[in-house]
Amino acid sequence: MKHLLSTADLSRADAIRILDTAAQMAATQSREIKKLPTLRGRTVVNLFFEDSTRTRISFETAAKRLSADVINFSAKGSSVSKGESLKDTALTLQAMGADAVVIRHQASGAPHTLAHAGWVDSAVVNAGDGMHQHPTQALLDAFTMRRHLVGRGAAGASITGDPTGQDLAGLRIAIVGDVLHSRVARSNVHLLHTLGAKVTLVSPPTLVPVGVETWPCDVSYHLDEVLAETAPDAVMMLRVQRERMSGSGAGGGAFFPNPLEYTRNFGLDGRRLALLPDHTIVMHPGPMNRGLEISAEAADSPRAVIVEQVANGVAVRMAVLYLLLAGDASTERAGLE
Amino acid sequence: MSEQTTNPTYVLQGVAPLGADPVDLVLAGGVITEVRAANSPVADGETVVDGTGLVALPGLVDLHTHLREPGREDAETIVSGTRAAAVGGFTAVHAMANTTPVADTAGVVEQVWRIGRDAGWVDVHPVGAVSVGLEGHHLAEIGAMADSAARVRVFSDDGKCVWDPILMRRALEYVKAFDGVVAQHAQEPRLTEGAQMNEGVVSAELGLAGWPAVAEEAIIARDVLLAEHVGSRLHVCHLSTAGSVEIIRWAKGRGIDVTAEVTPHHLILTDELARDYDPTFKVNPPLRTAADVEAVRQGLADGTIDIVATDHAPHTREDKDCEWAAAAFGMTGLETALSVVQETMVDSGRMSWADVARVLSSAPARIGRIDEGPTAQGRPLEVGEPANVVLVDPAARRVVDGSAQATASTNTPFQGYELPGRVVATFLRGRATVLAGAPVEQVAEVRA
Amino acid sequence: MTTVLGETEIARALTRIAHEIVERNKGAHDVVLLGIPTRGVPLAVRLAERLATIEPGLDIASIVGELDVTMYRDDLHKHPVRTIGATHLPASGIDGKVVVLVDDVLFSGRTIRAALDAISDIGRPRAVQLAALVDRGHRELPIRPDYVGKNLPTSLSERVSVRLVETDGPVGEDAATSAPTTDAVLISQRPTTSSEGTR
Repeated sequence: MKHLLSTADLSRADAIRILDTAAQMAATQSREIKKLPTLRGRTVVNLFFEDSTRTRISFETAAKRLSADVINFSAKGSSVSKGESLKDTALTLQAMGADAVVIRHQASGAPHTLAHAGWVDSAVVNAGDGMHQHPTQALLDAFTMRRHLVGRGAAGASITGDPTGQDLAGLRIAIVGDVLHSRVARSNVHLLHTLGAKVTLVSPPTLVPVGVETWPCDVSYHLDEVLAETAPDAVMMLRVQRERMSGSGAGGGAFFPNPLEYTRNFGLDGRRLALLPDHTIVMHPGPMNRGLEISAEAADSPRAVIVEQVANGVAVRMAVLYLLLAGDASTERAGLE
Repeated sequence: MSEQTTNPTYVLQGVAPLGADPVDLVLAGGVITEVRAANSPVADGETVVDGTGLVALPGLVDLHTHLREPGREDAETIVSGTRAAAVGGFTAVHAMANTTPVADTAGVVEQVWRIGRDAGWVDVHPVGAVSVGLEGHHLAEIGAMADSAARVRVFSDDGKCVWDPILMRRALEYVKAFDGVVAQHAQEPRLTEGAQMNEGVVSAELGLAGWPAVAEEAIIARDVLLAEHVGSRLHVCHLSTAGSVEIIRWAKGRGIDVTAEVTPHHLILTDELARDYDPTFKVNPPLRTAADVEAVRQGLADGTIDIVATDHAPHTREDKDCEWAAAAFGMTGLETALSVVQETMVDSGRMSWADVARVLSSAPARIGRIDEGPTAQGRPLEVGEPANVVLVDPAARRVVDGSAQATASTNTPFQGYELPGRVVATFLRGRATVLAGAPVEQVAEVRA
Repeated sequence: MTTVLGETEIARALTRIAHEIVERNKGAHDVVLLGIPTRGVPLAVRLAERLATIEPGLDIASIVGELDVTMYRDDLHKHPVRTIGATHLPASGIDGKVVVLVDDVLFSGRTIRAALDAISDIGRPRAVQLAALVDRGHRELPIRPDYVGKNLPTSLSERVSVRLVETDGPVGEDAATSAPTTDAVLISQRPTTSSEGTR
């Protein structure tokens, strides 16, 4: 595989290889000298058509820790039409000799088009496209879950084994919130299923896409039921966009009546936290709306691994860049095969 | 009728009219003058076209073509689009109103009609806008367009839906005065805000905003009831869903005066093609599911759907060589329509060549009210009828190459596909516009 | 395929190297043995066991580790992507210690160059020494071993491979290919199509 565009493209072996590589990368990041010479001379372009300081910084850190040269290309605010802009920008990057392009774009499929339109030879990494995919987010989520939950003995004992080489078989994961617009949810459903976990999406019916019945997961409209009945090992709260609510200009097209009702039905608060098994971790891709989808009590509880997710993001992105760029570019990029 | 003095007498030798037993068709003076036994002796001065193995059909009539002129001559012109139509076997096209400026006045429709006439490839019948600027607020000058030299009978805001029910009612009523028809682009706008493709399994996975079937079906249901209430004629453009077929079937059963069209692409392509985000397959209405494809085939075979119309929608390369969301909706179709109908309906045994002549010629001509008078289209292949004839080689197979097509744009969804059938010759009132599969360039056209 | 060293010779060579390490460093208490994956790791463990025999009271776990050098290699772009191995250091680290790098075959010296870079990123040993089971020559860098099991003159068209029970198993099932069932150093002709890199 030459690109990382969607978690749906990853086999179980691919995914485990990325997680194992990320584990080695993470190990280097606790050293005093964090920088590795691995990608010296390679150029990574961060091509961001949408603001996302967190994701961009994470990729930038990952590339720099591997000694790649990093060019940040913020294409936001460009006045040319979107189509011309992507193609012309791609041709410019090609001319500058980018080895990898990390692209964030508001249009679903833009990374796919960049990878396959013949505009560039570079490896393309999807850093989030529209409502489609955000594969490195799902990988860092899986990495975080594996660290905390795999190798755990019976009855919630602390971790005993090394999770290297292992998948997430048997874990139960609840993903809660705006599934319809969420590339994080789509990426996680595929990846977690591939890794053997059982996923339940929890969302108001308005925020579940038509066609979800073919996804490899369960769907519920009732958070309390899911927490009580499935005893999830991890609860992932999705960010709710305020423009989805009534009174935000959406008019009758709003997806739920108001924040209070959303929080009452789908927010993770102290009461719901208490329903969970002791070992259950609380996750959020950030940035959080405290008081809306997650209360401060939940976000700051010892179960929350939200800050660790950020750190793991760097390791996972280092792994992805390593696997895409370190090998012989003229042969099949075996890294993710 | 200067053609009478400038065109040779053609003998289409050994052709099979509507796939029946071979005969020789003689075209002279713009009409079919004689039907002889196959391979009869040829008189002096007659030009023979070898029609062995070819099916003769009445010249095809497209009720739904985007010629892009005026305004987007970089994508297509009336000349390039009508040449492509002739290559595809057409002798008449209806040019949609969503040009710049919009065809909402007599002036614009007369200009389009005149350029088409002067080009001489096919008869160009402009479609008039229902509302001023296609904006859905005020009726356009429908009467003036009907009375103009272009004699407009089909009115459509195609590309946009006549959404306001009271405006739709008024339009349906207003066109009764001259036996016109409103051709509705059925798309409920609020249900399709930002829509990119069919809403379903594939859109859910690709994260593209969905265009639900109900947004089409709800408008069709409303409009057939409106048409019934006011006793008007309604035409439904590019119907694409199984539910739409059901509603039309129900409406016809009830005696409502409704006709419906399906495009070639909705007869053969599905939304699975969006998976690679190739904007070539971005079209409105969107490609639907395999079940919908089967339903529209069934509807066409049983007569629920009256016609096939191309919705030929040329776009420049820059409007398609980009990410999906930024790309324009539409695909070309004039030069592949007949092949797709052959592939899906004839070769599968669901329709005869006579049925093809109905859905691609006589029925669309009748809906557009261009089936009478000196420039009548969609007429039978009989003595005394206008010599609008297309010869098709049904045994031929070809691989579609967008860059080799006559249309000025390359956005064919069939690039690289092998399709059956090839248009060998097209005659417009006895004059060859296509011979040996290639357009016959007109030198110093002798129009008065 | 020819067997150059058998189980007994390998054991004897390791015992000799262990003695040389103790002698040269006047004991083994400051020594850390870092095996380079894959086969340097079990060799380092075996050496540690021998050091513990020579110097009773030595805790094996505190003197042996493994050092993955993949991310420091200069030939990554010439091969399909390599899997990154683990790096484990003894709890007391390597600062101020004598690090003995342990590898199976010393060839171009590029792996050792990468290992030296890796070491400098994780600590500051007092000295770094090198032990190799086999030195087959053809150095491309100014690197020489401090401890050698066997010097083995080879041609570039030959392949030297080391089999150890820890990494290659009791290879009895391979008996059909005349492979040994125990530790061995083998020499064979390199397939002409492969441009296999330097270890």
